[in-house]
Amino acid sequence: MRGAKSAKWVALAAVVALAATACGGGDDSDSGSNDMNKGTADPKGILSAQLSEPQNPLQPANAKESQGSRVLRAVFSQLVDYEPGTGKLRYINAESVTPNKDSSVWTIKLKPGWKFHNGEAVTAKSYVDAWNWSANVKNNQTNSSWFQDIKGYEDVHPEKGKPTADKMSGLKIVNDNEFKVELTSSVSYFSYKLGYDVWSPLPSGFFKDPKGYGEKPVGNGPYKFVSWDHKKLIKVRKFDGYQGPNKAKNGGIDFKNYTTADAAYSDLRSNNLDWIEQIPNNALTNYKTDLGKRAIDQEYSAVQSIVPAFYTDQFKDIDPKVIQGLSMAIDRATITKTVLHGSRTPADSFVARGVLGYQAGALKEQVSYDPKKAKALIKEGGGVPGNKISIQYNADQPHKDWVDAVCNSIRKATGIDCVGDSKPDFQADLNARDKHQVKSMYRGGWVLDYPVNSNFMRDLYGSKAAGNTSGYDNKEFDKLANKADKAATLDETVKLYQQAEQVLAKDMPAIPLWFYKVNSGQSNKILGKIPYGQDGDPIFTNVQVKKK
Amino acid sequence: MSELTDTTLVPGHQASNAELAAAKGPSKGSGPGKPRSLWGDAWYELRHRPLFWVSAVLLVLLLTIAAFPGLFTGADPRDGDLTNHFLTKPELSHFFQADWFGYDVQGRSIYARVIYGTRASIMVGVGVTAAVTLFGGLLGMLAGYFGGWIDSIVSRIVDIFFGLPFLLGSMVVLNAFTERKVYVVIAALAFLGWTTIARVMRSSVITAKQADYVTAARALGAGTTRILFRHVLPNALAPTIVVATISLGAYISAEATLSYLGLGLADPTISWGIDISSAKDAIRDNPHVMLFPAGMLSLTVFAFITLGDAVRDALDPKLR
Amino acid sequence: MGRYVARRLLQMIPVFIGTTLIIFLMVHVLPGDPIRAMWGDKAADPAQVAALRHEFGLDQPLWKQYIDYMADLFQGDFGKTFGGRPVSEEMNLAFPVTLRLAAVAFAIEMIIGIGLGAWAGLKAGKAVDTGVLIFTLIVISMPVFVLGYLARFIFADELGWLPPNVQNSEDIQQLLLPGFVLAMLSMAYVARLTRTTFAENLRADYMRTALAKGLPRRRIVGVHLLRNSLIPVITFLGTDIGALIGGAVVTEGIFNVQGVGNLLYKALGQREGSTIVGVVTVFVLVILVINLIVDLLYAVLDPRIRYV
Repeated sequence: MRGAKSAKWVALAAVVALAATACGGGDDSDSGSNDMNKGTADPKGILSAQLSEPQNPLQPANAKESQGSRVLRAVFSQLVDYEPGTGKLRYINAESVTPNKDSSVWTIKLKPGWKFHNGEAVTAKSYVDAWNWSANVKNNQTNSSWFQDIKGYEDVHPEKGKPTADKMSGLKIVNDNEFKVELTSSVSYFSYKLGYDVWSPLPSGFFKDPKGYGEKPVGNGPYKFVSWDHKKLIKVRKFDGYQGPNKAKNGGIDFKNYTTADAAYSDLRSNNLDWIEQIPNNALTNYKTDLGKRAIDQEYSAVQSIVPAFYTDQFKDIDPKVIQGLSMAIDRATITKTVLHGSRTPADSFVARGVLGYQAGALKEQVSYDPKKAKALIKEGGGVPGNKISIQYNADQPHKDWVDAVCNSIRKATGIDCVGDSKPDFQADLNARDKHQVKSMYRGGWVLDYPVNSNFMRDLYGSKAAGNTSGYDNKEFDKLANKADKAATLDETVKLYQQAEQVLAKDMPAIPLWFYKVNSGQSNKILGKIPYGQDGDPIFTNVQVKKK
Repeated sequence: MSELTDTTLVPGHQASNAELAAAKGPSKGSGPGKPRSLWGDAWYELRHRPLFWVSAVLLVLLLTIAAFPGLFTGADPRDGDLTNHFLTKPELSHFFQADWFGYDVQGRSIYARVIYGTRASIMVGVGVTAAVTLFGGLLGMLAGYFGGWIDSIVSRIVDIFFGLPFLLGSMVVLNAFTERKVYVVIAALAFLGWTTIARVMRSSVITAKQADYVTAARALGAGTTRILFRHVLPNALAPTIVVATISLGAYISAEATLSYLGLGLADPTISWGIDISSAKDAIRDNPHVMLFPAGMLSLTVFAFITLGDAVRDALDPKLR
Repeated sequence: MGRYVARRLLQMIPVFIGTTLIIFLMVHVLPGDPIRAMWGDKAADPAQVAALRHEFGLDQPLWKQYIDYMADLFQGDFGKTFGGRPVSEEMNLAFPVTLRLAAVAFAIEMIIGIGLGAWAGLKAGKAVDTGVLIFTLIVISMPVFVLGYLARFIFADELGWLPPNVQNSEDIQQLLLPGFVLAMLSMAYVARLTRTTFAENLRADYMRTALAKGLPRRRIVGVHLLRNSLIPVITFLGTDIGALIGGAVVTEGIFNVQGVGNLLYKALGQREGSTIVGVVTVFVLVILVINLIVDLLYAVLDPRIRYV
């Protein structure tokens, strides 16, 4: 009898579920047991999250893409991390990170008693060895250049030829829980860089078998690694011996592999998946009705812009007024609302929001939509040579819609013809940028590496910066940036960069368009909202799973 | 390889083999020495097929649209207005007006875009068919007629091209050009598609050259060129024409698939493939954005394939 | 027969070498530097780029890269991905998925295709015949991505009959929708081919003989007609297996299938030559072998054909 009854209920529930999906958005998320704020947390509850296959082995300095990095952040803890919301520094494995007077020598003290998942103690040596290994050019870590501030980097990572040493002279172990880092020059925001995965410590076994440890990492983080079933599942479980302040509030994470956002989204809606990376584009218009309060809509620190190629005949001797005019011809407010379905917010600065030193309204007039003024400015500046621009983008990512919309906006407001110049894929797009083959303008994007405004300026617009692919060159900016980098304190650095931003505002080395947002969702198995960091990734340790 | 399964790219095994099997008949059936009556017969047959007329009328209409899009709409297909027209639904009673089929993501008239997109698709279809028939046909003819080492080489090259992934091949060709105009897509599709025609031509030339009248012509002292073009070719042409007409539709479809993958045509060219591709994000709420270009595309492919079908039936007495 | 097979096997060698060489060259010609692209929008470190390039042998001249690759290949080593994993392992993951999908598609294509074709063939010239003809024309006219989205929209989103995505390729139910989409086109061709041969053979002499002998109609159709009509269909189906195994980028992409098509698409985006050449090599071998088997099968089924 009982069995028959429950079978009936299941059938009924299935019908209801079907009806709900068929209507394309039954909002059943706010009622009864589905209320995300009701229920009790299960500290052993396992949470499932979307992931695509990490490209590289899971070695801390070898994750250039977000997927591998997501797993690494669960398995490894760094010295510091950033407080969500404010982006302020918070100590994790470090007890303190203190600079000397001119910020060129940093003393790092560790919290004692920390252990790797295999029981080995986390000591100053674990850090120093890890950094020396990761920086060494022959170990082929994609993020090795993160260590370039450290003295002796050229010995392990020469520009050409074999390394002459396997240790950086700038790293000195004081005792088990303390070491010193000597930099080649002052870097006032060095401590801010330390939050990145690259700076993780490594257990001694790693150096004997980096490949094996890359397949099955042993870290010091809140979760210990369990298994990696390639292209299917990566399992991590709560590490009970974890000492840090960011202990996992759940029992572990199953990273499930999806190749399409669509597939992940339908699993989220049927509660087979607890968190997805991004709502698929075809559901952006109504995911909030689909998910109700379970929808996640959160800004993070990344900016999208279009960049003039200053090496082209068109922009070689351009008057900045023309670029400013083009910028003012773009109706950011409408485009973000319509074509981008509210997945971005109009940019008002070169620096993304949530980053130290971001100034609301650093760009005012330059980013406000004013067709008349735009036209006038372009005319004043001598017009666009050829009276036609193109915006290069890669067709394997969803850029076409906004590029078309930006072009439409420019064409309508100014009469200058504008077309999208689509490259078949990212490699072709990147290649054209690196080789200075862009015909007119290209799409640019920047996600923060560390939450200080210098990251959004020096690394992109400095005339010698490797990230500057547009050929932009401004002596005044270079001078200010140089001075800011050498400043003794962080405050001073940030302030000087804010001045530098005003130099850029006059010169317009790029046209900032909008800041990114995470548009995502969570299942009804999660208690409360999933918290996010400034880099647009969730803070999994703080996620609570409901008791069944 | 892979994509052939997907794209209807007749160069693939599927179409080719099916059509081949069915199209082998004509050269045998036509009988030696009376090509004119074969074509006469075919025309007679065609006139009596309703599907032929359906496709013929459709094609005339489509060709007119392709040639003079301005006659059918006054709206500018590139002109978008985000503020007013974001994804407005079709107004099906507003015949031939800009909002007849509604507006797309950019606020552009879908009707105008469908009309202006016709030209690119038809040019690709016709262009690829012409290129493939000339090049593949010539190679196939030489291989079939001369045999020996020429045949071996051509056959092996055909085998090699059969294994090439569609994506890789088209990406290589597309990247060789700086612009993504119609002729580039024609080049990419022709590059991958010539093998089918070469195979068909080769096998029908082999059949035709063994015919008695060829031996007779040779005995009378006719030169190679004369034999090839006066005697062999006319008798071996029918299957090639059949495959070519049917493939024409498939090439149009293949262009759309390329554009769907981001490898085909690009702005400012207006093409159904591009529009279908960008409509896929709107399919849940605004299926009409995909429906109209996809419908037009399918209709055009249908017209060409049906025509090819009718021609094949007409040329193949066994099927009557 | 033996000599024929030997000759065919010998012919495979130049095709095999030619295909690998051409793919190798093509991947090389594509713009983009796979190593540099690991850094994405961010700046790459030239020293590390050079070291990695050396690690993957990309600093060697192209001819040497090719020879090294082929030498490894003959020892069964397909090389490694940029992530450092063996390509053979990647293929071991992808090929079974695609094989399962291909099997489902093949079954659909065979059953529905032959069924529809036989039906139309037996009723040649009647309304059913025209109906099937128009149906197949419509199917052939629709690009597969339109068909894919349409099928998913109708059967998964609106009706909810089938799962919209493939999460677990061992679950046949999940493979039905992509299998159906993948099979549609070939199914149309199978139906038309079957119809043609059925209609043709209905008028053949042996049919008249059988009828005159007074055999029941069911036996005539089931034994005589079917057996004789299916020879060309089987040949077509044979070659089609190869095409199905080749994977389908579009179908796999729409339905989240982690098969060969997906692997190839990703590898192309990353300019991962080792994976691309590996997949295509296996694929070409499969096609060549299947073609050979089909030709041999043809001789077995049709006694008029003899290979010497």
